[in-house]
Amino acid sequence: MAEYGRQDPLDPLWDAVADLGKRVRGAGSGGGAGLNLNPGRLRNYAIGALVLLFLFTGFYQVAADEVAVVQRFGRYVRTAGPGPHFRVPFGIERIIRVPDKRQLKMEFGFETVNSGRQSEFRTSEESKKESLMLTGDLNVAVVEWIVQYRIKDPYKYLFHLRSVTDTFRDMTESTMREVVGDHSVDEVLTIGREAIALQAREELQKLCDLYENGIEIQQLVLQDVNPPDEVKPAFNEVNQAIQEKERAINEALADYNSAVPQAKGQAEQQVRAAEGYALERVNVAEGDGKRFEAVYEEYRKAPQVTRRRLYLETLSRVLEKSGSKIIVDQQAKGILPLLQLDSLAKEKK
Amino acid sequence: MSQRFVNNVVRVAILLVLAASSVYTLSETEQAVLTVFGKPAGDAVNTPGLHFKIPFIQVVNRFDKRWLEFDGDPNQIPTRDKKYLWIETYARWRISDPLRFYQAVQDERGAQSRLDDIVDGETRNAVASFDVIELVRSSNREFEATEELSGVEEGSEVDVKVVTGRAKIAEVILAKAAAITPQFGVELVDVRFKRINYVETVQAKVFERMISERKRIAEKSRSEGAGRAAEIRGQKERDLLAASSEGYKKAQLLKGAADARATSIFARAYERDADFYAFLKSLETLEKTIDAKSVLVLSTESELLKYLKGAGGK
Repeated sequence: MAEYGRQDPLDPLWDAVADLGKRVRGAGSGGGAGLNLNPGRLRNYAIGALVLLFLFTGFYQVAADEVAVVQRFGRYVRTAGPGPHFRVPFGIERIIRVPDKRQLKMEFGFETVNSGRQSEFRTSEESKKESLMLTGDLNVAVVEWIVQYRIKDPYKYLFHLRSVTDTFRDMTESTMREVVGDHSVDEVLTIGREAIALQAREELQKLCDLYENGIEIQQLVLQDVNPPDEVKPAFNEVNQAIQEKERAINEALADYNSAVPQAKGQAEQQVRAAEGYALERVNVAEGDGKRFEAVYEEYRKAPQVTRRRLYLETLSRVLEKSGSKIIVDQQAKGILPLLQLDSLAKEKK
Repeated sequence: MSQRFVNNVVRVAILLVLAASSVYTLSETEQAVLTVFGKPAGDAVNTPGLHFKIPFIQVVNRFDKRWLEFDGDPNQIPTRDKKYLWIETYARWRISDPLRFYQAVQDERGAQSRLDDIVDGETRNAVASFDVIELVRSSNREFEATEELSGVEEGSEVDVKVVTGRAKIAEVILAKAAAITPQFGVELVDVRFKRINYVETVQAKVFERMISERKRIAEKSRSEGAGRAAEIRGQKERDLLAASSEGYKKAQLLKGAADARATSIFARAYERDADFYAFLKSLETLEKTIDAKSVLVLSTESELLKYLKGAGGK
């Protein structure tokens, strides 16, 4: 049982002094056989001892992070803050020191064996029992958490409950189970963590106020929250499946992205080419049209002459270009079958 | 040492012993019952501080005033729906009537054993008259679900509405037990469930169920992935065809419009003299079609040679 309030360290001294007094008394009644002291010197020693005792049992020091609760004949009289203090000596006023400014911590489901840069943790059989709990959907989860708290009211902390810390452990476990019992296993493991910690903190503070144990909850933090070892592989499989799902979708999207933009580009290309065709077509039409109009203007002035001239000019160009020319007289009939047009064409090649 | 001094010392000693026997202190955490030869004398004392009593005759019996601890016997208890649960309870109690407490149970050990009977008994009664879900849940709040994990149908156990709930059941136990404890001077201040778990055999079954449930979720997720992927691939096909046909349509529209425009331009130009146009076009075509491979057969009657013939003959 680790209570934080501890007894005044001078108490044993006071008890020892009382014991010594008894012995001195015993020596006196024994007729001075043991101690050969005359009454005057004895009185001086006694007064000296009393003064020393007065100082020793009267002054005390309170450290910066604690307060001292002072009891006179067992009755609470005051609380003394940090610094040097005086109390009624000879054990009439006794003090219990309470570290009310220190942040205290309690671990559930695990134990810190060695805290440092790389803290070591341990889970004993008892902590396993602490962390195993039922969730609201009647599943099982392993929840580890810590509570950070402070002694807000040293009087209540010391005098209202016996074994405050044990009780506080019980209260915390009970509260956490109640809260987890109202959440599904998925909430406990993932999305509900913060809400659970917050709710548990509130409920626990309410319970502390009900129990009047003088404790103020500062933080309640969920640590590792896991499914039980037996079902862990199945939970991992779900995560894996979610990954697989995302991968399948991503692959399909990649497929899509590699094909569709290209097709859109190609379509655009077709359109641009058509635009080019359109421009060309119109331009050609306009050009040809204008050319015709220009020629026609001249032609109109002397149609017959121009017509003949154009014909002859063209024919001369054509004759120049063509390979073979055969001129046939009108009288020479039936010549055509004799012509080997093919061979003529071949020769030319 | 003189006889007088010794006498004085003895007197002082006797006085001291008398004084020590006639006062006692009570701490903030204590209360006391004074007894004379084992019989209680007067009311209980519960104010802390210095107190007086009749020396030697009255004996101080101290009792704790604080809330005291009590742990219920961890035990497996069947619920109303015949499921075995491992139940651990804790309670807090205080000695509210020291006199009666002293008379009825003497000390804390006596009280603990009485509490065992009462609290454990009431716990059994309460647990046996509720279903598992009532003992686990405290309210009817809806569970939140992530997208991936939703859609798994819940067991019928879970869908049952919670009527009483864990906290209320603990209150029931407290109320019933607290009604009995004043008989031996004890006030039961709180009873709570510390731990509720499945017993081993049930737990194994629950784990099996959890595993199958997860498997179901995993399967669902996988098939959702495949479904989405197929959907995207389909969309791809659709978008590909849409893009290419759209391109074709636009191209055709553009070409058609241009053709129409060109046609109208030609028509407007050539309608001035269709005959001349035809003539020009014929010439053009002639020029285009004749190349080095062509063989031209010209009659002397042709337009070109007509004049030559006539010139030679006459």
